[in-house]
Amino acid sequence: MLNSHDILETINMIDNENLDVRTITMGISLLDCIDPDANRACDKIYDKICRYAQNLVKTGEDISNEYGIPIINKRISVTPISMIAGANPGVDPVRFALALDRAAQTVGVNFIGGYSALVHKGFSPGDYALIESIPEALSRTNFVCSSVNIGSTKAGINMDAVAKMGKIVRKTAEVTADRDCIGAAKLVVFCNAPEDNPFMAGAFHGTGEPDCEINVGVSGPGVVRAALANAGDCDITAIADIIKKTAFKVTRMGQLVAQEASRRLCVPFGIVDLSLAPTPAIGDSVAYILEEMGLECCGAHGTTAALALLNDAVKKGGVMASSHVGGLSGAFIPVTEDAGMIHAAECGALTLTKLEAMTAVCSVGLDMIAIPGDTPSEVISAIIADEAAIGMVNSKTTAVRVIPAIGKKVGDELSFGGLLGNGPVMEVNRYSPAKFIGRGGRIPAPMQSLKN
Amino acid sequence: MRAVITVIGKDMVGILAKVSTVCADKGVNVLEVTQSILQEMFAMIMMVDISKCTVPFNELSEELTKLGEDMNLRIHVMHEDIFNSMHRI
Repeated sequence: MLNSHDILETINMIDNENLDVRTITMGISLLDCIDPDANRACDKIYDKICRYAQNLVKTGEDISNEYGIPIINKRISVTPISMIAGANPGVDPVRFALALDRAAQTVGVNFIGGYSALVHKGFSPGDYALIESIPEALSRTNFVCSSVNIGSTKAGINMDAVAKMGKIVRKTAEVTADRDCIGAAKLVVFCNAPEDNPFMAGAFHGTGEPDCEINVGVSGPGVVRAALANAGDCDITAIADIIKKTAFKVTRMGQLVAQEASRRLCVPFGIVDLSLAPTPAIGDSVAYILEEMGLECCGAHGTTAALALLNDAVKKGGVMASSHVGGLSGAFIPVTEDAGMIHAAECGALTLTKLEAMTAVCSVGLDMIAIPGDTPSEVISAIIADEAAIGMVNSKTTAVRVIPAIGKKVGDELSFGGLLGNGPVMEVNRYSPAKFIGRGGRIPAPMQSLKN
Repeated sequence: MRAVITVIGKDMVGILAKVSTVCADKGVNVLEVTQSILQEMFAMIMMVDISKCTVPFNELSEELTKLGEDMNLRIHVMHEDIFNSMHRI
């Protein structure tokens, strides 16, 4: 017989502490959809996604019912579209985005990721055309997410792409200004992008992945926070231990769901991503975990150390619980999606500079941060360059998802609703990096790349 | 297939009887029951065999959830594997 304490603990985690599986993401390769005729290519893409993912949402709901575990999102990631659309020079890549959007709507997923290009060393014509089309693609679709990888530890940083992406992020916000600039919330600029990431907006299906696979992203910041609250006064070693144990349990649940989804859909299991992903729901916050450790407010001195401890302990606990760990894994710090971060930003405790330091030890980077609408594109590019440099040198994934709040200034608020949340517009440094960004070229790969 | 039914809430007369009646109606065999009462809070855990259940799992789940709402209790039915995987190495 199962231990009744264990059973009640699980029930309590689900009922009161927001335990859930954040996403089941089906990765689908579109390489076999390449066709010299763009119409045929789009038809093949639509057909393949609908064929492979037709039962994804229902299977997710069935598992959720039987196991009693909420599974919040069902999503799809696809091969970076620049590789597919590159075979159709002269054709507007937005057509491919529309095909993805239609497929997502047909199968009922809430996001489809992979309107992407990997340009860490340079652009192919297809990459360039896709990047140019991102603002229009994100303004004309509802479900499509886009990402661009502009640097890696192995390749260095493509500063031409950095300069370009500053402009693209701004333009994407401008063309969706009537909808709180939501386009920019669906666009991520990466360094060291993982190829099996199940989380949006940065998910795409890498070329080394199988034809189709199931990746699962777990969550559970509320559970970790509650475990720390129950522990009372204990030293930091004990804190790390509690986080590890909690992460283990949360990940085991994700592993079970991943295996079950893989079995029912007859699709190989890829990875479980161990990330603590906050939501705007009260209690589902990474910032509150840091505050539970003893900080008055997230953003105070000590935040980086607390986050480093959290990120590492989550990985250590999760790694034993899953047979394949991948994606990003750690703790996300998306400002507008985390009630504690929103509060910390509003009261002035959390600033962009502190967030940048935190990204050196969190699982990704500067995420869901609203910046003033008049921020020049060079400043956005420079934010991207700084973040990419942290990722490149530390051999970790970093990313930038900032939302220029067109027509708004510091202190105003953007509100996306749903999982994307809302948040205050945060101050950026006003000194100009224009000449540095305008130089172009590449930052050479660091010594860390020479590991052979 | 085995499942775990948990019932949590304020103690009152007839909880076990009502939950068991739903189980019997649906062909669900009760294998084991443990219950505890802590400061008027009632917690019951039933291990059940649902392999001969006459309705689909989600219908059983909905019926028990509704019974819970009527009695002001929280009732969950979950596949036992979720507990095994979370709490056993």
